[in-house]
Amino acid sequence: MKKSLGYKITDGMIYVILALIGLITLLPFLYVIIVSFTDPSEYLRKSLILWPEKWSVASYKYILSTKMFVQSLGVSAILAVVGTALSIMITSALAYSLSRKRFFGKKVFLIAILMTMLFNPGMIPNFLLVDSLGLMNTLWSLILPAITSAWYVFLMKNFYQELPDELEEAAKIDGCNDMTVFFRIMLPISLPAIAAFGLFFAVGYWNTYFNGVLYINSDELRPMQVVLQMMLIQASTNVADPSVAAMLQSEQMLPPETIKMAAVVVASLPIIMVYPFLQKYFVKGMLVGSVKG
Amino acid sequence: MAISLLNIIFFFPIPIILALLINEVRNMKFKKTIQTIIYLPHFLSWVIIAGICFIILGQSEGVINKIIVELGGQPIGFLTEPNYFWGLLTAQSIWKEAGWGTIIFLAALSGISQDLYEAAQIDGANRWKQILNITLPGIKSTIIVLLILRLGQVMEVGFEQVYLMMSSPVAHVADVFDTYVYRTGIQNGRFSYATVVGIFKSVVGLVLVVSANRLAKKFGEEGLY
Repeated sequence: MKKSLGYKITDGMIYVILALIGLITLLPFLYVIIVSFTDPSEYLRKSLILWPEKWSVASYKYILSTKMFVQSLGVSAILAVVGTALSIMITSALAYSLSRKRFFGKKVFLIAILMTMLFNPGMIPNFLLVDSLGLMNTLWSLILPAITSAWYVFLMKNFYQELPDELEEAAKIDGCNDMTVFFRIMLPISLPAIAAFGLFFAVGYWNTYFNGVLYINSDELRPMQVVLQMMLIQASTNVADPSVAAMLQSEQMLPPETIKMAAVVVASLPIIMVYPFLQKYFVKGMLVGSVKG
Repeated sequence: MAISLLNIIFFFPIPIILALLINEVRNMKFKKTIQTIIYLPHFLSWVIIAGICFIILGQSEGVINKIIVELGGQPIGFLTEPNYFWGLLTAQSIWKEAGWGTIIFLAALSGISQDLYEAAQIDGANRWKQILNITLPGIKSTIIVLLILRLGQVMEVGFEQVYLMMSSPVAHVADVFDTYVYRTGIQNGRFSYATVVGIFKSVVGLVLVVSANRLAKKFGEEGLY
């Protein structure tokens, strides 16, 4: 069909609007990245920097030499790896057992899980629970409360429910017991779903912030987002923790701003690096079991 | 509460409009690129978003204010002016989540049969009429369900976001249930009182979600559960 001139003009406008939206989304990141690579002395000399004359990695060198920041990166990495592995195991095992008709007391468990979705007792009861379980100041306090999500359990359960019963029967005849059925049949089949949810869990653990504020007091165990917040926001509102203030005052006289920006880039790097390749899994995960048309 | 109402009014339509725009794009490469870009902020933590916000909008060090000063204006306290605070939070949410919010609408849009559009073209409907008479009715049910569910969560304000953006000059307009609970409970140690506040919020939230769900079912849609 021949397209009229008006049609082409609207087409062009749509492209321009979308390109602008994309630009607005990206610009703040670009600015942070550019300034983080700016030569520190140039940053101090000039009032406004939009494009540096001299590039430098001094801020990165500095930030990766501070014990506090590197330690917190390690904590977040451990959280992301260990936490995600545990979360996937628990979510899929729970979902699978709930999907079987012969599971005794299924209804009770389903309602219990649904309740956690509808009714959140709030921050203080959670805090007291973590406290009385003796989890305070351990990494478990960041993993266990976030270990699974009712929403993912339900989605996974629906997935397993749609698998035919004959699959399990056939495996049993071939000599599998319940454990081997789960590990050798069900887990491999649900791999796409697991990949998607695993990514969401990993992002969640990497972004763990407020639980870190609530449950962690010692410097060595602070997850990266907490340290980042201390650097970025407390420091700019002048109520900084002494160790953080010391960290922003490097002996080479780097401006605190470029240090902060370098920290932001380092903190978002893992996500920005893997995200474009995994986007389709994220989108799939978002859409599993949601609206159909 | 008012913050999330603002959020619903200003935030809610944006993913729909964005999805409609993206849906009109025929160039697949451009479409994919735009989608990749606008989904990205969803995966960054509020700490990073708030940090970038401080870097961009700060009073003396923020780049926007530096540009204003270079042009001979007075720096504006975007972050410290109470009148701007709610707008700031809403704009932040839009920037972070609007792109991600399009996914569900795009999925709904892709479910609309192409035959309808062809038939409309033969009948001489222009693009605008096609959107009005085919596209929007096609995703109406999705919009209604999401809106109702969103209304059910009106008590939920992004706690991390508010907590991170809060500073003493804006504290009096920034308090939401959760920040209040945190302050009285954890910081001042009044556990039982703070728990009551938290439970109150959860009960109201539960009632809202359940009634929203009923409402969704009344419209003949599948609810949340």
